[in-house]
Amino acid sequence: MHKNKRIEVKHLTRVEGHGNLTAIIRDGRLKEARFDIDEAPRLFEVFLCGHDYNQVVHMASRICGICAVSHRCAAIKASEAAFGVLVSERIRLLRRLAFHGEVISSHVLHLFFLVAPDMFGVPSVFHLPPEHKDTVRKAMRLKRAALEICRTTAGRHIHPVGMEVGGFSFNPLPRTLAELRGAVEGAVEDLQALVPIFRRHSWPDFQRKTAYVSLKSPKSYAFYEGELYSSRHGSMPVEDYRRTISEYTVPGSTAKHAVIDGASYMVGALARFNNNYEQLSNAARRVADEIGLSAPCTNPFMIPAAQLAETAHCLDESLHLIDRLIEPEISRQDPSVPVHPVKANGVGAVEAPRGTLFHDYTFDERGTCTEANLVIPTAQNLASLHADMQAFIPQVIEEPEEVLGHRLEILTRAYDPCISCSTHVIRLD
Amino acid sequence: MRRSEKKRIAFFDFACCEGCQLAVLELEETLLDLLSHTDIAAWREVMTGDEPPYDVAFCEGSICTRADEERLLRVRRDAKILVALGTCAAIGCHNNLRNRIDTREALEKVYGKAARGMDVTEARPVSAVVDTDYRILGCPVSLPEFIAVFKAILTDQPYRLPNEPVCVECKLTDTLCVYEKGRVCLGPLTRCGCGAICTRFGDVCHGCRGLVDEANLAAMPRVFSREHLHAIMGAVASGQPLDEERIRQMIALYNNYPELKIEDRGDA
Ligand code: SF4
Ligand code: SF4
Ligand code: SF4
Repeated sequence: MHKNKRIEVKHLTRVEGHGNLTAIIRDGRLKEARFDIDEAPRLFEVFLCGHDYNQVVHMASRICGICAVSHRCAAIKASEAAFGVLVSERIRLLRRLAFHGEVISSHVLHLFFLVAPDMFGVPSVFHLPPEHKDTVRKAMRLKRAALEICRTTAGRHIHPVGMEVGGFSFNPLPRTLAELRGAVEGAVEDLQALVPIFRRHSWPDFQRKTAYVSLKSPKSYAFYEGELYSSRHGSMPVEDYRRTISEYTVPGSTAKHAVIDGASYMVGALARFNNNYEQLSNAARRVADEIGLSAPCTNPFMIPAAQLAETAHCLDESLHLIDRLIEPEISRQDPSVPVHPVKANGVGAVEAPRGTLFHDYTFDERGTCTEANLVIPTAQNLASLHADMQAFIPQVIEEPEEVLGHRLEILTRAYDPCISCSTHVIRLD
Repeated sequence: MRRSEKKRIAFFDFACCEGCQLAVLELEETLLDLLSHTDIAAWREVMTGDEPPYDVAFCEGSICTRADEERLLRVRRDAKILVALGTCAAIGCHNNLRNRIDTREALEKVYGKAARGMDVTEARPVSAVVDTDYRILGCPVSLPEFIAVFKAILTDQPYRLPNEPVCVECKLTDTLCVYEKGRVCLGPLTRCGCGAICTRFGDVCHGCRGLVDEANLAAMPRVFSREHLHAIMGAVASGQPLDEERIRQMIALYNNYPELKIEDRGDA
């Protein structure tokens, strides 16, 4: 009997950035299981200081190519909170639309390019058997619609342009928005055609309850705005993240881990799905039903399922936002408002595709950043991923090393870790 | 082309936002077309597996650790052609700004004693560590330039970077100059090739494609001074005063790796 096992995956593939997976089993018992970030800290929080707020929001999107709009919006919201800028409804709607574009694009990339190869047992999406070429085409069309949303609202997806503190430096025409509507309608159909792939998929059976943390808003399924909400701790203003979330360093890893009340918690698609299920569109709830996902769901392997439901929601919501933006009353509003920097601190929180993201800046009276603190979704999820591994491995401990390793890869990938983000930001206490 | 003649290509990412790779994926069908003329030997972001040697290695990001450096040197040995993909790799992007602070000291503040063993070096563009055969600029890479370079490589041709400022593309696209709105733009110093994407949306150019060859940095503070702008544009640049230090700070968002001479920033 092989009672000793060692699983080591260096530079896990099909995730953002470099991370290593390790699990050690001795005498049939789990000794250690971890996912370590293997990238040098980028110290963004240090060098953002000394730059003015316009440069800060420009640089902030470069923290991560895949959630560039989220970082940009979090930085903008933090600056606007500091300077007391109140934006128009048009600005709010445009930002929310840009956000939905990013969430769709990120989820589609993860679902079809990073996760789907596992479901079909191939090394990459380019290796899918010929009968799935159409799947790839549809997924690409879906992604293109998401990019069109971003192009219309932010010039491009990576990296947004013209999305500024105080609003937008351009103003999309009603005609452009109407064209965009057509593209999004097409994407709704493409998504419908892709859902059955996931219906046939059997998700590994594993449950572990934890605290689910996300933004929550009375207005909508929260991405761009809302209060901080934890399924265990209730609602609180976003500024309270400072005393609620504690971060600590872990030997051997350059990313910090985060806990609330000393316990790990989950952020991201599944946390949002659990916390805000009631606000999902009807179509999104139907997709969830179809693929066997119901709230609350405590199976982390089903994070991609929640991403699929959210994709359906974001498409519906985008159509709704476009219709609002075309209304004459909203069309008439200015796409930007004046900004007057003051010496102050501000916090901006948004739901990035991978979870709650906080930007926290202090500016001097000229609007130059003097202090920055960023809390990133993946860093918050690392403790949860570790707790899942601890709970999951004993269930499959008899499996051969290869199978066990593959299962752990799938679990880690399900979290959609974004290492680029997590190492860009390290708080200096 | 017979299968055996296909070029073996690989993508590698070092410290960065991975936006350049993601931008390349946005090429969708065009990318599938380009890839159909090649075999993919390694692409960690989207594929499991790595089979050197490579005919072409696209490298994205900056080199921030000894491990990065070793990996890059290994890729260089295994690749006939090495392409710096994007500004991080070709010129240097925000990552390098950390070279101005004492990184060790900063890390010790965060990690305490554990920082001592940490593998952290100066942050450098790929092009400062190994010879590059082609460079594709932009943060993220300009996709038309990516396609042009890809085709040049497939047909064994050289590629020359354009050497006009972004202003030229503003004129070609009928874009209102942002100086008219009293904003300060680095377009006059910056190498075009992005189609003036930022200024077309009313934003300013932050200089992500690097400086044109022989950019006259010394003349910048005078040309961009409040008085001069006022005289030529009739608009007053808002924000902070445009002294030399401020202009250098603006340029340094992207053009910040000192060991690269300005004339090195351009052609492959
Ligand atoms: S050049 Fe810009 S987009 Fe490309 S990897 Fe670097 S930061 Fe990201
Ligand atoms: S907007 Fe900038 S790049 Fe365009 S013409 Fe004016 S200065 Fe040149
Ligand atoms: S306009 Fe300037 S900052 Fe924008 S993409 Fe072009 S070179 Fe880069």
